[in-house]
Amino acid sequence: MLEIKNLHVTVGGKEILHGIDLFLNGGQVHAVMGPNGSGKSTLAYVLAGRDGYEVTKGEIVFDGKDLNAMTPEERAHAGVFLAFQYPVEIPGVSGLNFLKSALNEVRKGRGESELDAVDFLKLMRERVSELKMDEALLKRPVNVGFSGGEKKRNEILQMSLLEPRLAVLDETDSGLDIDALRIVAEGVNSLRSPKRAMLVITHYQRLLSYIVPDKVHILAGGKIIAEGGKELAMELEEKGYAMFGVTDEAA
Amino acid sequence: MAATVETIEKVRELSEYKHGFVTEIDEERAPKGLNEDIVRFISAKKEEPEWLLEWRLKAFRHWRDRLLPAAEPTWARVSFPPIDFQDSYYFSAPKMKELNSLDEVDPELLATYAKLGIPLKEQEVLAGVKNIAIDAVFDSVSVATTFKKKLQEMGIIFGSFSDAVKEHPELVRKYLGSVVPYTDNFYAALNSAVFSDGSFAYIPPGVRCPMELSTYFRINASNTGQFERTLVIADKGAHVSYLEGCTAPQRDENQLHAAVVELVALDDAEVKYSTVQNWYPGDAEGKGGIYNFVTKRGACKGVNSKISWTQVETGSAITWKYPSCILQGDNSVGEFYSVAITNNHQQADTGTKMVHIGRNTRSTIISKGISAGKSQNTYRGLVRIGPRAEGARNYTQCDSLLMGDACEAHTTPYIEVKNRSAQVEHEATTSKISEDQLFYLRQRGLDAEDAVSMIVNGFCKQVLQELPMEFAVEAQKLVAISLEGSVG
Repeated sequence: MLEIKNLHVTVGGKEILHGIDLFLNGGQVHAVMGPNGSGKSTLAYVLAGRDGYEVTKGEIVFDGKDLNAMTPEERAHAGVFLAFQYPVEIPGVSGLNFLKSALNEVRKGRGESELDAVDFLKLMRERVSELKMDEALLKRPVNVGFSGGEKKRNEILQMSLLEPRLAVLDETDSGLDIDALRIVAEGVNSLRSPKRAMLVITHYQRLLSYIVPDKVHILAGGKIIAEGGKELAMELEEKGYAMFGVTDEAA
Repeated sequence: MAATVETIEKVRELSEYKHGFVTEIDEERAPKGLNEDIVRFISAKKEEPEWLLEWRLKAFRHWRDRLLPAAEPTWARVSFPPIDFQDSYYFSAPKMKELNSLDEVDPELLATYAKLGIPLKEQEVLAGVKNIAIDAVFDSVSVATTFKKKLQEMGIIFGSFSDAVKEHPELVRKYLGSVVPYTDNFYAALNSAVFSDGSFAYIPPGVRCPMELSTYFRINASNTGQFERTLVIADKGAHVSYLEGCTAPQRDENQLHAAVVELVALDDAEVKYSTVQNWYPGDAEGKGGIYNFVTKRGACKGVNSKISWTQVETGSAITWKYPSCILQGDNSVGEFYSVAITNNHQQADTGTKMVHIGRNTRSTIISKGISAGKSQNTYRGLVRIGPRAEGARNYTQCDSLLMGDACEAHTTPYIEVKNRSAQVEHEATTSKISEDQLFYLRQRGLDAEDAVSMIVNGFCKQVLQELPMEFAVEAQKLVAISLEGSVG
C-alpha cells in the first residue's frame, strides 16, 4: 500500500532524511522509533504534504499513486490521515462544524455522497461513545482549552470518522498519562483493519505495549538503522538508543 | 508552491463582484453640481414642507460656508484624491408614477432586486419563510415597502422617509437631526442638505416589532451620490430589529455614499441595527469603488434602554464609519459588534463611540478587523465616561487578523474617563493566519480556500452570531468571498 523508496527530504535547505526505505501493507501496523531530532516528525509531515518539506530524491508511492505530486487535501481524500503530535486550536470553529466539513470533504473526494446533519450526528455519536469521549467537547471550538488527553482523543475520533487507508500517528503518546494512553491505544486498536495500514511514530516503547506493531523501524540521524519485530522495541526499552551507538538527548 | 501563494491564486479566481450589474431604467436626474437651487430642486421634487426645506438650506449653508472651505476631514487613516463636489449628480430617481400597490413597481426594478435576492413581493417573502419587511432604496428613492399594512395594524410605521415626511411630519420634525445634527461633521452636513430618501420606522410604546425591518440600498446610476437618511424611533418599551444591506454596480469611477442613520430609544426600549455592507470595493488594482462615508448614531435617551449595532463591512473602496451610542438614560446599554474586512486596495477606518452620560450605563465593543492584500484597516474608537456616569462600565476587545505581508492593521482607541467609579477594559490582539491551522484543516480534507474561510469565520464568530439568523449565513459566505487573493 505504501512504498517509500530512497526518500531524501530537505527542510529549510537542510537535508533531514537521507534515504529512507519503508514498505507497509494493508492491515499492517509499523512503528517508527527514534530519538529526538532523528527525523520522525519530518517523515510524518512529508507523508501528509506539509509545505516546506521538500522531497529532493526518491519517491513515495501510495496505492500506486505518486503521493508527492498531491496537495495535502488530495492526500486526505486519497485516505492519508495524520494524527498530529500537537493538534492545532481553531478558535471560534465548533468541533461539530469542523468534523462535518472534514468528513464531507473526504467523502466527496472518495466519490461518496455528503452526509446531512442528521446522519452525521448519528455517526458521530456512535464513534464518540466508542471512544468514551464527552460529546460536549465537540460543541466547543476545535481543541481550544482541551487537555492533552482530550486533544489526542479528538485526533483518534477524527481518524475513526474519516476512515483513512493510511493512518500516521505522530507521537500520539506524548503528554499522555497512563490512563489516557490506554484509552487512546484502545481507540487505535479498534480501528485496526485489514484495509487499513498504520504508521505509529514514537519515542518510547510504552505505546507499543498497547498497540502491538507488526514491524519496528529504528530511525536515527535521518536513516533507518535497524528493523525488526516487536521484540526490537522491547530490547530498545531495556538498552536505550545507545545500543545502536546513538545518543538520545531526551533520555 | 507554498500553500499561501497557492491560496492567493485560487481565491483570486473567485474574485468577481457578484452584484456588479447595471439596470437599464429611465432615471430622472437633477442637473449636475451642488448649490442652493439643487437643494430646493430636491425638496420641491419631494413636495416637502417649508420647515424641511429651511432645515436643508441651513445644513447646506453650514456645509458650504463653514466646512467646505476647510475641506474634508483628514484625521482618518484613509487617503483619496479630493472630491469635486460639483462633478456629481445629487438626485437620481427611477421615473415612475404614483404607486398604489407593489404590482405597479417597474418590472425592471423588481427584476433587479430579485437578482440581488431581495424578496420584494410579499408572496415571495411569505413563501421564503423569511419574516422581514423590506424598504428598498434604489439610487435615491425608496421604491417599495413590503408588509406595510400588516405593520400598520400594530401601529408600527415603516416606509420611505419621504412618505413619513408627508404622513407623520410631527415625528420626523421632532427627531430629525436630534441625534446627528447637521453641524456634526462634513458628510452629515452634506447629507442633511441633499438627502433624497431613506427609511423611517417608528415603534409605538410597548410594541415588539414582530418581524425584522429591513432596508436594501442599491446604487445604480453612474456618477451619482447616494445620500439616504434613516431614522428609527423605538418609543417606551418598544423593541425593533433592523437590517440594512447594500450593493452597487461595478464602475471605474468612485461613487460617494454619505448616509446618516439616527436611532432613538426611549425608556426601556431596544433597537438592534445590523448592517451587511457589500458595496463595490473597486477592482484588484484599486480602481473604482464606493466611498462609504457614513454617520450612524443612536441615542439611548430613556432609562434602561439599549442600542446594539452589528456590522459586517466587506465592501467599499473606502469605509469611514463609526456607529455610536449616546448612553444618556440611566442603566442604558450600548453594544457594537463589528467585522471589517479589507482586501486589495480597500481602506477602512471604522469603529465606534460610546458616550456614557447616565448612571450605571454599560457598553461592549467587539471589533474584528481582517486585512488582506494591500489594504489598510483601522479600528478607531472612543469610550467617554462623563462626570455624572456613576458606575459606568465598558469592555472593549479589538482583534486584528493579517493575511499576507502587504496589508496593515491599526488600532486607535481613545479612552476618556471623568468619573472615578467607572470601569473600562480594553483588550487587543493582532495575529496572522497560521500555517499550522491551514495545514491542519487541509490535512483533514478541506481545500485551502475553505480552510481560510473556516478560520476567518471562526475569528469573526463573536460578531456573526449577533446577526439575525436571516443574515448570518449570507454574512458567512460574504466573509469567504471577500478574502479574494488573501492569506499569509
